[in-house]
Amino acid sequence: MNSSQLLGITIFAYLLASILYIAIFIFRAKKLGVVASLVTVAAWLIQTAGIIMRWVESYKMGYGHAPLSNMYESLVFFAWAIAIIYLWIEWKFKNRLIGAFVVPFAFISMAYASFSTEFGRTIKPLVPALQSNWLIGHVVTCFIGYASFAIACGLGFMYILKDRREQAKKENKQKSDGLIDTLPQLRLIDDAIYKTIVFGFVWLSTGIIAGAIWANTAWGTYWSWDPKETWSLITWFVYASALHARFVRGWNGRRIAWIAILGFVSVIFTYYGVNFLLSGLHSYGSA
Amino acid sequence: MTKKKQGNIVWNFFASVKLALFTLFTLAATSIIGTIIPQNEMASHYVHLYGQTTARIFQILSITNMYQSWWFRALLILFSTNLTICTIERLPNIWRVVTLDNLSTSISRLQKMAIRRVFKSGVNQEQTGLAVQKIMHQAGWQADQRARDEGTLFFSQKGAWTRLGVIMVHTSILTIFVGALIGKLYGFKAGVMLPEGSSTNIVYKSSGDHSPIPLGFTLRCNAFNLSYYDTGMPKEYRSDLTVSKNGKDLLSKSIVVNDPLQFGGLTFYQSSFQAIPGQFAASLTSKSTGAKQKFFLRYPTERARLWPAEKVRFGITDIAGPNMRQKYRYKIWFSDGKGSPSTFWIDQNHPVKIERPGNNYLLLVKPRFATGLQIAKDPGVWVVYIGCIMMILGLIIIFFMSHRRIWALVSENEGESSILLCGTSNKDKVGFEKVMTSLYKGFADSQFLRGEKHE
Ligand code: HEM
Repeated sequence: MNSSQLLGITIFAYLLASILYIAIFIFRAKKLGVVASLVTVAAWLIQTAGIIMRWVESYKMGYGHAPLSNMYESLVFFAWAIAIIYLWIEWKFKNRLIGAFVVPFAFISMAYASFSTEFGRTIKPLVPALQSNWLIGHVVTCFIGYASFAIACGLGFMYILKDRREQAKKENKQKSDGLIDTLPQLRLIDDAIYKTIVFGFVWLSTGIIAGAIWANTAWGTYWSWDPKETWSLITWFVYASALHARFVRGWNGRRIAWIAILGFVSVIFTYYGVNFLLSGLHSYGSA
Repeated sequence: MTKKKQGNIVWNFFASVKLALFTLFTLAATSIIGTIIPQNEMASHYVHLYGQTTARIFQILSITNMYQSWWFRALLILFSTNLTICTIERLPNIWRVVTLDNLSTSISRLQKMAIRRVFKSGVNQEQTGLAVQKIMHQAGWQADQRARDEGTLFFSQKGAWTRLGVIMVHTSILTIFVGALIGKLYGFKAGVMLPEGSSTNIVYKSSGDHSPIPLGFTLRCNAFNLSYYDTGMPKEYRSDLTVSKNGKDLLSKSIVVNDPLQFGGLTFYQSSFQAIPGQFAASLTSKSTGAKQKFFLRYPTERARLWPAEKVRFGITDIAGPNMRQKYRYKIWFSDGKGSPSTFWIDQNHPVKIERPGNNYLLLVKPRFATGLQIAKDPGVWVVYIGCIMMILGLIIIFFMSHRRIWALVSENEGESSILLCGTSNKDKVGFEKVMTSLYKGFADSQFLRGEKHE
């Protein structure tokens, strides 16, 4: 087995997991729960093996480096981080319905990584600017942050769905037991959104700092306002605002759910938009 | 205290979190501009891109250099003022909570706490108190006690200091700003193109008028090498540098992109390179004497170079190329005084053996490069790094640690003693409830208390 086979299987494993979680939600097929979790765990293990294989293969090709050096590899890591953080949340919150809103992100990331024509997938040697241990520290921390924000965004959708439903129920005074009523209580979703944002915020802060230190060892400037840096700071501002709105002004519920979605749009732009729509120092993604 | 502050509109304005939200949002929104409109290009470039009028407006609003503009700086100053005053405003309250005497908490507050439980005890108040202390101690809570009118109050807390995490995070941001300011005021960025084999004692400011800055020492570039992967991608840019003062070499280091040279408060970064047109670097080894010498040749302005020690004369007489891999070929004229001179073609970067009647030589010819160095002096960078460490530690304290307080009031009423056990935590209520639940169990199971559980 080589890494591309393993990562290929991973795509379909995440697809299967997504379908299972959505089925649990839509058809209230609770019995599938354990299967969905097992498939996700298996997908994650296969993916872990795939990432390690790719690492090993790069050494065999004579220019060994951690598989975190381009758009493809970072998307794979993004999916990996989403899956493991999700599994942790599932275990912590004892709720599988979250999976229907989160695991598809892991699948989309893998599928996009594997089928997009915008970037290559071959193992390439590192150009001089990327030959630094800070590359690993910077990418890993940032993407753990991004993955938690992706999950917060999925939970945000879930919150809004449920909230709409409750609102409608209040107005029509109807009591019928719809699909959406099976979702966890708003209070619990809200708590989960907050916790994932906080978790992501700590990692994103660390990631931005690691990037700044790296830039300083490579170019002598820890901050140069290039578009990637600026967008990561914008993202950081968005989540900092969310935290303050919550702590100090007591914002919660719907408003924080929307900020979780807005924040993730900013993450996507930092990640994708800057690489493909803007230009700057960090243009490695287009290579 | 609040009364005094109430009168001061300016203070209240800067202490408000609404302003913080506004500033954060405005910073985020305006920062987008500079990522869409290219920064620091030539004026003509903007005219070309956006037309005369728009380019003029951009210039007036400093949008073409927005992160250094007066209005963006004003926003950052507003942000830090807000943060400073907000922190000062809240500091006394936070400090009060950290140092609070929790043994004087009013009993009615304890009786209203969300997490609380009452236990009956079969022994007298004093023995019950000892048992409470022992159980709490076993669970890891060191309790202090004080006699109150209502009975004996026991109190134990953990992580009171974590309340200071917020101050640490907010101060860390200010620290980073101070570090950046120190760098701006007392540091500089400069650059220099240094041809192989040459040295300099001045560098040129990167911004503004590119004025020369004396180094106070001499920096020499001994060699510049670039290598490629077999895919053709660049693998390494390497400059061999030597620092000297008064003709004495002090430090030599070979730098690459992520590994700069530091000397005298300055850091030298590998940043670019350039082949110098019409100049070439040759290294020539004489097999019989083992002597090796570096030469810089010119073509077409120079016919031949002399190596007196070996009585060798050689030079480039023609150049062909570049080929598909950007490589050149050089035609060499070579004489060592014995026999007639040789002429031959050699490839760039390819060592070639020259066989002569009395001796053999090894010759390598390549372009002469100038290495592009970036020089930074930034005395504020350590302040920035300290700020960064403070931020990460502060965030960890805020988000992953909490201030937990547990009280136990032991009282005696009509010969029967009872315990009110209660507690609060400022974060992670769920985790704290678990702690309390196991403490309840400890109380209920205790043989010391010999009483039945009672809510
Ligand atoms: C982007 C910069 C900022 C970051 C990263 C940041 C970070 C934080 C964090 C993580 C908390 C949570 C504290 C908790 O859990 O209790 C917090 C609370 C707070 N922040 Fe900020 N902050 C920033 C800017 C500001 C500014 C400019 C103000 C100015 C008013 C401010 C005022 C506050 C206040 C009042 C609290 C609540 C403190 C408390 O609970 O006692 N923050 N901040």
